[in-house]
Amino acid sequence: MAALSVFVLILVCCALAPVYASWAGVDPFRSTLDAVIIVNGVEQPVMELPKTGLALGFSPIGPTWQPGNYFLGADNQGRDVMARLLYGGLNSITIAGIATILTLAFATLLGLVAGFYGGLADTIISRVLDVLWAFPVYLLAISLSVVMITQGIRLGPVEIDSGSLALPIFIIGLIYIPYVARPVRGQVMSLRQSDFVMAAIGLGASPGRILRKDILPNVSTTLIVFVPIMLALNMLTESALSFLSIGVQPPNASWGTIIQDGQSLLYTRPWVALAPGIMIVLSVLSLNVFGDGLRDALDPKSRVKLGRG
Amino acid sequence: MVFAILQRLAQMVFVMVGISMLVFLIFFATPGVDPAARIAGRNASPEVLEAVRISFGFDQPFYIQYLTMMQKIFVTGDLTSFVNRGWKVVPAVLDTIPVTLSLVFGAAVLWVVFSVIIGVVAAACRDRWPDKLLMILGLIGISMPVYWLGEVMNLLTQSRFKDTWFLGWVPPLGYVPFSESPKGWFLALVIPWITLSILYIGLYARVLRASITEALQEDYIRTARAKGLSETRILLVHALRTSLIAFVTLFGLDFGALVGGSALLTEVVFGLQGVGKLTYDALQNLDLPVIMTTVLYASFFVVMANAVVDVVYILLDPRVRSA
Repeated sequence: MAALSVFVLILVCCALAPVYASWAGVDPFRSTLDAVIIVNGVEQPVMELPKTGLALGFSPIGPTWQPGNYFLGADNQGRDVMARLLYGGLNSITIAGIATILTLAFATLLGLVAGFYGGLADTIISRVLDVLWAFPVYLLAISLSVVMITQGIRLGPVEIDSGSLALPIFIIGLIYIPYVARPVRGQVMSLRQSDFVMAAIGLGASPGRILRKDILPNVSTTLIVFVPIMLALNMLTESALSFLSIGVQPPNASWGTIIQDGQSLLYTRPWVALAPGIMIVLSVLSLNVFGDGLRDALDPKSRVKLGRG
Repeated sequence: MVFAILQRLAQMVFVMVGISMLVFLIFFATPGVDPAARIAGRNASPEVLEAVRISFGFDQPFYIQYLTMMQKIFVTGDLTSFVNRGWKVVPAVLDTIPVTLSLVFGAAVLWVVFSVIIGVVAAACRDRWPDKLLMILGLIGISMPVYWLGEVMNLLTQSRFKDTWFLGWVPPLGYVPFSESPKGWFLALVIPWITLSILYIGLYARVLRASITEALQEDYIRTARAKGLSETRILLVHALRTSLIAFVTLFGLDFGALVGGSALLTEVVFGLQGVGKLTYDALQNLDLPVIMTTVLYASFFVVMANAVVDVVYILLDPRVRSA
């Protein structure tokens, strides 16, 4: 529970990102190379001029450790890292959350159909899931992202711009379906043989009613156990894709893109890369600890295993 | 047993065909956009687009396009990049494989050794503080993004503590071929190996601890205790041995996933010119033929590695043979 509250705290802080940005008076999505701020009564440009003659270009200001005043310093384009950190967290958590819902919904649907009806439907679904399962997730995600991010996607009336958050959500939601669908299918198959389902069939209940009233409630525990695990896994995947520049697109931020921005500043302004990483570790760790506890409480036989990134 | 092995190999071929079709569909048949424009990269001229169309046979039916692509990648190997005109993709990918394998094998050695040690120690002190501490450290290891850990490592070894006595030996970023200098190869890879293995040490130590703890509840352990065997012997010979089965299965799966995922990110952070870095560079300038090739080669490697693990498993474990 303590772990869950850490995650909720992070979520609330990130949700307040617009409030922080307007309070600090910064625009986290526009480069501000000529801004000047006041630190301890002294005026300082956000982008400092090189001190020695040999250094080329500007160097962004380091952390001031003053809330609302470039707390964590600026990035390469003079943007407030703290504000971007909060916005980025909001994006990371939103993407991970919606992707988790997508994965669970589709996986449940596929698992129910395959496990309950068996036969041809099961064969087709299982084979497709086998292929997706054997496909290393990052490679699948890279293939999907690179194709969609080059030009966006146009599918009939649906038109998704290449910078849209919907693309990473869709991609991350898709790649983890087999991880959830397989255990769900197995469970549905064994429930199908259980006495109470047989009794329901004998009573003449329709398949829809059996799925809804008898099978789904029994599968729901597994699904609940999956929620924190999938959230953690999705956050790691999203940040990795964004780090590879195929997740959230600039000027929008996510913790992964901020780490990438920070890579070139690593030796001079390490906090740009350090801070989002610490946020990722804290959120994922709290989700994993909470997930462990939830699993021990709801699923003592440990049917659900910690996913592999 | 022969039947079981053949069955597994047939499954492997099925999955490989499935993956290649999926990759084909993703790259060539994602709706809405001209695939030639994707392959040619940003702001390609009409001539280049035309060359792409002819070279991939976009006027042909889908199955011919699929076969053309497979032939280019696996048979003739004459797939060329359109972003860097005329650059042969397949030899470039093959050149980077030794770097990736050096990285992955070294990390695998570290992760097996340390996760067995940590898992056994945690199981031996289960529910006391060393166990709890190790398991929390393991969970932190699992929760860290590997590329970020790599950057922290770089910050420590390349900048902050570069001139101190305990990290002064770390060479600048980059790869040194083994044939050129075995010592240089080793030193260049130590930090990447540690970075890459930390995630897996955490995961495996936790799995191993759980399965040893479970094995210790079994009847044969009680028998061993009744025979008067020492607790150390019971732990190391009786409990660890059966627990390693779960460990080995997982290892096969993850070794593959490692090649296709975390290794890519590690290579990027440490500037090692492996398959992952090649993919990353291609991602930066949207050079799709390169990505297509690395994705297919890497995923085929993963599928084959998994099949090999399963076959070894069939040979080792009599219970699986008849199944």
